[in-house]
Amino acid sequence: MWSTLVLGLFVLAARHLAGQGGAGALTLVARDGRRSIPIAIVNNREYVALDDLAATFQLAVREESGALTVSYRGRTIVLTPNQALASVAGRLISLPAPTARAGGRWVVPVEFISRALAPIHDSRLDLRAASRLLVVGDLRVPRLTMRYEPVGTGARLTVDATPQTASVVAQESGRMSIRFEADALDVVIPPVQAQGTTAIVQAIRAADPATLAIELGPRFAGFRASTQTVDASTRLVVELLANAATETAAPPPAPPPAGELPTFGGPTATIRTIVIDAGHGGEDEGTKGANGTMEKDVTLAVARRLRAVLENRLGARVVLTREDDRSVPLDERTAAANNNKADVFLSLHANGSIRPATSGASIYVAAFTDADRSAAALAPARVPIFGGGSRDIELVPWNLAQIRHVDRSTELARILEHELETRVPLGARPIEQAPFRVLESANMPAALIEMGYLTNDDQERQLAGAAFQVAFVQAVADAIVRFRDVLSAGSGADR
Amino acid sequence: MNQRRTAGVIVLTALAANLAWVLFVGLPQWYGTPPQSAVAAAAPVAPAATGRKIKARLFYVGEDGSTLVGVEQDVLYGEGAVAQAKAIIEAQLAAPAEPWVSAVPPGTTLRALFIARGEAFVDLGGELMRALPGGSLNEMLTIYTLVDALTVNLPAVNAVQLLVEGKEVETLAGHIDLRRPLAQSLALVAEPTGPTDGR
Ligand SMILES: [Zn+2]
Repeated sequence: MWSTLVLGLFVLAARHLAGQGGAGALTLVARDGRRSIPIAIVNNREYVALDDLAATFQLAVREESGALTVSYRGRTIVLTPNQALASVAGRLISLPAPTARAGGRWVVPVEFISRALAPIHDSRLDLRAASRLLVVGDLRVPRLTMRYEPVGTGARLTVDATPQTASVVAQESGRMSIRFEADALDVVIPPVQAQGTTAIVQAIRAADPATLAIELGPRFAGFRASTQTVDASTRLVVELLANAATETAAPPPAPPPAGELPTFGGPTATIRTIVIDAGHGGEDEGTKGANGTMEKDVTLAVARRLRAVLENRLGARVVLTREDDRSVPLDERTAAANNNKADVFLSLHANGSIRPATSGASIYVAAFTDADRSAAALAPARVPIFGGGSRDIELVPWNLAQIRHVDRSTELARILEHELETRVPLGARPIEQAPFRVLESANMPAALIEMGYLTNDDQERQLAGAAFQVAFVQAVADAIVRFRDVLSAGSGADR
Repeated sequence: MNQRRTAGVIVLTALAANLAWVLFVGLPQWYGTPPQSAVAAAAPVAPAATGRKIKARLFYVGEDGSTLVGVEQDVLYGEGAVAQAKAIIEAQLAAPAEPWVSAVPPGTTLRALFIARGEAFVDLGGELMRALPGGSLNEMLTIYTLVDALTVNLPAVNAVQLLVEGKEVETLAGHIDLRRPLAQSLALVAEPTGPTDGR
């Protein structure tokens, strides 16, 4: 029963990621079981019906003088039809879309649950929008980030569980299972490419609320599992070893290349993956110069050059948030960095000013308000640790993940400034902090670089040309090499 | 800073009771309607007759193009925080005298404004997003012109959230997060260099 529900959740999550966003259901996970709350799509937004929420959370809904009053134990939320504002226990909040009428019922955006209902409800309500999961009460529902990749002749499965969660890996006949000490899992399963006789793994799926099942393929010969703690996460690495398939004099299963394993010793101590965001794209041209140079084209050209140089110099995996001229939502750009477990995230932009004389590059780091910081410091969670016992960890809301990395990001920005200043023109205030949306939920050191002003004639010519782009890319690559050295020199000291 | 915030909270707590019915009973009637039909705290700020003025610091783009300059100007007096906030925003949206240039695109309109618990919600017309030139600098200058115009002049306002056409927007042009109220930032504000003779 549970497994069907969980499977349903995975299917929905996968579809959500594919960008289809068809109607489905929100899966509510509570101490006494699970149930679903149907989701309706209105104007491309996910909505839930107010009376479904009322039935689930013991709310009273009244409609009077053009307002909807939702009450729970003397606390009230006041909604106005067709408005995206709500009063929650006297405090005004905004919703991403207005309260609407659909199918003869009042519907509210799913964010109503986290922004309006959670603050007044006695139970803890934790909405995991990406996986359409609503956790009610203090349940252990770790967020899993998974990566499956070929390594040598074998493959590696990396699973990061946040907050820290213990797990047990077991194998019997054609299946391997990873059981987590949890009540449910918040996960999106990545695709497994190899099929048929060449497969080590044929499929990964959910077996029960807290177990992942791995269907093994004909080339599977054995595995090695190891875990380690990285910040608030537990990283489980399963090395899957391949048999020699068709070869006759088969050597024993080849372990993965020696150079790769030790780097697990500290993912922040080295730079294995870099995600580069080419700003704007598609219909969103960004800013534009007098001669027609578009920000979206400059950012993509520089991102491609940067990828080539970084792959060469650092041997790092470099992922671009877009490979061509297309529009990519800001959240997906940051998600690319998080899902690829990037060690550094750089977003590239070109600037515009109403004064043509304004010129020079600047580097931005995310800025957070006191309110953000107190939201991030809320609710430390007590989690079990390996070897028994438990400890408190800080749970930072996913959308404010950058809070923990601001110091490192600032260090990265300083190094970038130092490397850039001798090679490209810098602005009057080369490093600044501002609440850039694309940086806020990045869970790694991250910076946004405005490379120069397209509204300045000289700079427009520079930015579109190879000489500037090469100089800029070399400077950024040098900065990342230096940042890596700083990280490996400082790792351990500040932890 | 904290003291100011505390003062703001006290003022607002007193106002909150009065505002409550206006916002959530009166809201459906006047929200999104032209100011002529507004009620109570949302009353038109310019009943031309009185003409009483206050001094407020408004913000315009500095000569370097990358900073804001605070300029003291006469602004219509508004009775209460909401009316005063509306008057300040209306003045900030009006075309400035030469040589000042506003970062907010000309023609941007104020649809509605509320204040609750020290947070002001400023609802602007859709022309803002259509007319904004690209680049994160323009976006920041526009946003902080409005955020700072309210937070610098009104102790009752600690933070400002910009709405467009009555709705929360993710960003104006792809850079700055507008999903929650923004606190005052004077990082972009330079010392006045333009033709003010100050005091
Ligand atoms: Zn940009």
